[in-house]
Amino acid sequence: MLEITNLNVHFGVIHAIKGISLTVNEGEIVTLIGANGAGKTTTLRTISGLKKPTSGTITFEGNDITNLDARQRVKIGISQVPEGRRVFSTMTVLENLELGAYLRRDKAGINKDYQMVFERFPILADRKKQMAGTLSGGEQQMLAMGRALMSRPKLLFLDEPSMGLAPLLVQEIFDIIKDINDKGTTILLVEQNASMALQIADRAYVMETGKITLSGTGKELIQSEEIKKAYLGG
Amino acid sequence: MKKSINGSTLKKFITLALTFAIVQVLVSTNIINDYIFSTLATICINIILATSLNLITGFTGQFSLGHAGFMSIGAYTCAIITLRNPTMLGFVIGALAGAMLAAFIGFFVGLPTLRLKGDYLAIATLGMSEIIRILFINLDSVTNGAAGLSGIPQFINWGWLFVFTAGTIILLNNFIKSSYGRACISLREDEIAAESMGINSTKYKVIAFVTGAFFAGIAGAVYSSYYYFLEPNLFNFQKSIDILVIVVLGGLGSLSGSVIAAILLALISTYLQSFPELRMVIYAILLIVIMLFRPQGIMGSKELSLTVFKKWTRGLRDKKNGGVA
Repeated sequence: MLEITNLNVHFGVIHAIKGISLTVNEGEIVTLIGANGAGKTTTLRTISGLKKPTSGTITFEGNDITNLDARQRVKIGISQVPEGRRVFSTMTVLENLELGAYLRRDKAGINKDYQMVFERFPILADRKKQMAGTLSGGEQQMLAMGRALMSRPKLLFLDEPSMGLAPLLVQEIFDIIKDINDKGTTILLVEQNASMALQIADRAYVMETGKITLSGTGKELIQSEEIKKAYLGG
Repeated sequence: MKKSINGSTLKKFITLALTFAIVQVLVSTNIINDYIFSTLATICINIILATSLNLITGFTGQFSLGHAGFMSIGAYTCAIITLRNPTMLGFVIGALAGAMLAAFIGFFVGLPTLRLKGDYLAIATLGMSEIIRILFINLDSVTNGAAGLSGIPQFINWGWLFVFTAGTIILLNNFIKSSYGRACISLREDEIAAESMGINSTKYKVIAFVTGAFFAGIAGAVYSSYYYFLEPNLFNFQKSIDILVIVVLGGLGSLSGSVIAAILLALISTYLQSFPELRMVIYAILLIVIMLFRPQGIMGSKELSLTVFKKWTRGLRDKKNGGVA
């Protein structure tokens, strides 16, 4: 579904992403793990069109999307939950969701998707009219996910969904991610919480200083001595 | 649902019509004399300037320091056209032409600078308004240079003031409530998140900026026709700051805040004219005190609406009833 080949990204003179290649197949949960500053978020931003790569190609469903801008990528079905949630804090929950469906014009479908989001996150239905900035961290994460789902993505990126959440909530968020995937959305998950991510992932890539150093199925990597040492505290 | 919307539109319409009628009666019975009327004109012009700058700075989050520049384009264009064609039609055409030209210049300054992230717009607009001012000083043949244009035909009466001011507020309010407005606010809130929702950030920033410039041009036209005298130095950097002060004082992201602040500041400065030596000192101290106690501005980002009053009075009533029962 998504294929990245030999991607290079620079910030000025800093070579942040050094020729990485990765694939996400339809229906999978693929996770990208690694330490701070490894280039995970930059990779996601490049795929969603917020950052321009210096070289390399990105194809989505067989089409080259390297030169499309962020807007066009949302249109063809790529959506993201950005790092740190980034909800629109002085807008209500409902307005946030409305903006998630910004590029859609099918009123009936949008209304149906509000219901879908409210069913998945009942707490958001209770807080429909509340300012997003007054929600708790977990609720904001749910709102950010609901907002991303409003564009009806085929491929959903999640950037550090567990950041700053209580362990109990982290479990809940991961259950929801699994559920979203079961209902047919392909997921690319960037996480620092490697053990949680590897448990739900079909396949995983490990990133270090701008390169992919290891890849395999989630189960394989969870067993790997190297990973245990570096990321799982074992 | 539809009925209640119509009801509230009707209420708004009645409020507007009443405001117009009451002031009109006061003007024709000369209770509002020329002196008070000049304060009224200042208030209206400042409302147009502040609400339109609020769209750029308060709602879309783009820091602009060039509002006086756009205002001067509107003022000079309208003045030059009405001087050649001193009719009501000439004035209306002049005002629209001035506003369009301001919007056009806004587009050319905005398009390259708004693509960049960060406060480049503030510097670019500051530079632009200075360039415009210097141009007006040096274009002797058209603008009469530093001596200024005088004897501009006066067409502004309460009717026109009301039409332009209420029109600006209504149009801006509708813009902000539309999906365009929501896109602009989302850019202020979080540009990266907005872009990842598929919102074209440059496009909406430019739309907000050009719209703001258009209404600044209208304000300039009203100014030139009311005060019948223009000189380039009226539109210096200080003027842009004055408008910004109204916006920040009223609350970034609140149209009603801008309106309230424009009225309040005009009243204060009119009142303080009786103490010319201390005027600026008191004015400055007042600003400092207000900002100390309400750093978010008078209204914050909230709007004043009739429903707020209703809730408030209902709250009081409930309390009373609760006490009795």
